[in-house]
Amino acid sequence: MTTTDTREPAPPAPPDPTRVREFVDTEIRPRVEEYDEDERVPDDLLRRVTELGLWAPFLPEEHGGTGTDMVTLARLHEEVGRGCSSLRSLLTVHGMVSWSVWRWGDQDQRDRLLPGLAAGRPLAAFCLTGPEGGSDTSVAATSAEPDGGGWVLTGHKKWITGGQLAGLFLVFARTGKAMTAFLVPADAPGVTVRPLSGILGTRASMLADIRFDQVRLGPDAVLGPPGWAAATVMTSALDLGRLSVASGSVGIIGAALEACAEVTATRPSGDGVLADRQLVRRMLSDMITNRRAARLLCAEAGRLRDTDDPGVVTASWVAKYFAATAAARAASDAVQIHGALGCGPRSPVARLYRDAKVMEIIEGSTELQQTAIADHAHREVTP
Amino acid sequence: MSQDVRAEIRQFITGRFPQLTLDDDQDIFALGFVNSLFAMELVMFVEQRLGVRVPNDELRRENFSSVTAIAALVERVGTGTEATAG
Repeated sequence: MTTTDTREPAPPAPPDPTRVREFVDTEIRPRVEEYDEDERVPDDLLRRVTELGLWAPFLPEEHGGTGTDMVTLARLHEEVGRGCSSLRSLLTVHGMVSWSVWRWGDQDQRDRLLPGLAAGRPLAAFCLTGPEGGSDTSVAATSAEPDGGGWVLTGHKKWITGGQLAGLFLVFARTGKAMTAFLVPADAPGVTVRPLSGILGTRASMLADIRFDQVRLGPDAVLGPPGWAAATVMTSALDLGRLSVASGSVGIIGAALEACAEVTATRPSGDGVLADRQLVRRMLSDMITNRRAARLLCAEAGRLRDTDDPGVVTASWVAKYFAATAAARAASDAVQIHGALGCGPRSPVARLYRDAKVMEIIEGSTELQQTAIADHAHREVTP
Repeated sequence: MSQDVRAEIRQFITGRFPQLTLDDDQDIFALGFVNSLFAMELVMFVEQRLGVRVPNDELRRENFSSVTAIAALVERVGTGTEATAG
C-alpha cells in the first residue's frame, strides 16, 4: 500500500551564518590573497555563492528568495566581509538592485527580473557615481531624454562595482531637473563597459567604467517613480548598501582581530610575546570593543529596516559611520602590530588595510556622515 | 480623522526640525533643508501610517511637499484601508 504525502514542501531555509562562516574559512580565505592580486573573484566562488543562496536572500519566496530578515542579512555580509571585501561588495550592489526591483518595480518587472536576480543570473550593478560626481550626486554626468514612448540614455558612470560582470545595470540619470532610475541590460546597443584595474582596495570587485551612448530604452525600463528617484529608489538602495558596508566592516574588524590574536600570542617581544605589550593590548581591546559595538549598530539598523521604520535611514548612517571608521582603525593597527609581516604583497592585513579605507569612501563618505548625523541632535535628546 | 493625520504629520516634521514654525500649506522643500534622506523618511512615515505601499504614480515630490499635500495623499491612498501603524 502506498500513501501520498499531500503536505506542501517546506519553504527554502534562509542562509545560515554559521555555514557561511565555514564557507569563508575553507573556500575563500585560503585563496583570497591570490585572487585579490588577480583582481577578479573566481567564477567557481561566484557559483558557490549562488548555491548558498546569498545573492538576494531577502527576496520573498515567490520571487526566488528565502525571505531572510535584514538582521540575518547583516550577519551574512559580516561573515563574507571577514573573508573578502570584494565578494561582499558584489553582494552589496547586487542586493541593492534586487531589492530596488522588488520594492519599486511593477508586477511585470518583478516577474521578469526577480527569479533570475535571486539566483545571481544575471548579476546586477548599481550605476550612480559619475566620473566627477563622487558623493555629490547632483552633478551626475548622465541624462535621459524622452523619445516617443521610451527614453534615450546618454552618459558616463565610473567605479561601478561588479560592472565587468553584470548583465543588468540600475542607472540613475537626470531627466530635466529631476532624477529617474532606469534598468539597462548590459548588452543594449550603445553600452560600453571598460574594466578598471589597479584600484587601492576591494581590488577583486571588478570595477568598470561604463558609457551609455544614445541607448534606447522602452518605457518599462523606468524603475520607480519617474522624476523622484533621488528620494525613493536611490536613497532606499543606498540605505541597504550602508547596512551591508557596515556589516562588511564588522567583518574586517573581525579578520584584523583574528590575525592579531594569532601573531601577538606567538611573536617574541623582549622576554615575552607581543600580547604582553600594553600598547598592543590597547589595540586588541579596541578591536574587540568596536566589533561588538558595530555589530549591535548593524543589528539595530537591520531590525528597523525589517519593520519599515523611518528611523532606519539614520540608523544605517550611524552604523556605517561607526563601523567603517572602526574598521579603518583596526586594519591600521593590524598592520602596525604585524610590522614588516603586514606590508608584503600578499599580506592579509595589508589587504584589510586597503579594503578598510574604501569602506570610508563608498555609500556616503565618512565626512558626509560626520556632517549629516548632527542634524539628528534634537531628535536624540527629545524623549 | 483629517485633523489627527495633519497633527501626526506636523509632529513628524517638527520632531525632525524643531526650529521650524510650520504652516500646513508651506512647501517644506522650498525651505532649503529637506534632502533626499528626509524625503525617504517621509515616504516611510506615510507608508507606516497607512500600513500600505504608496503606489509609484503617487510618489511625486508635490505629494510630499506640505502637511496639506501629505494629508491629502494619506486620505487618497488610504481610502478603505485601516491604518495599522502610526
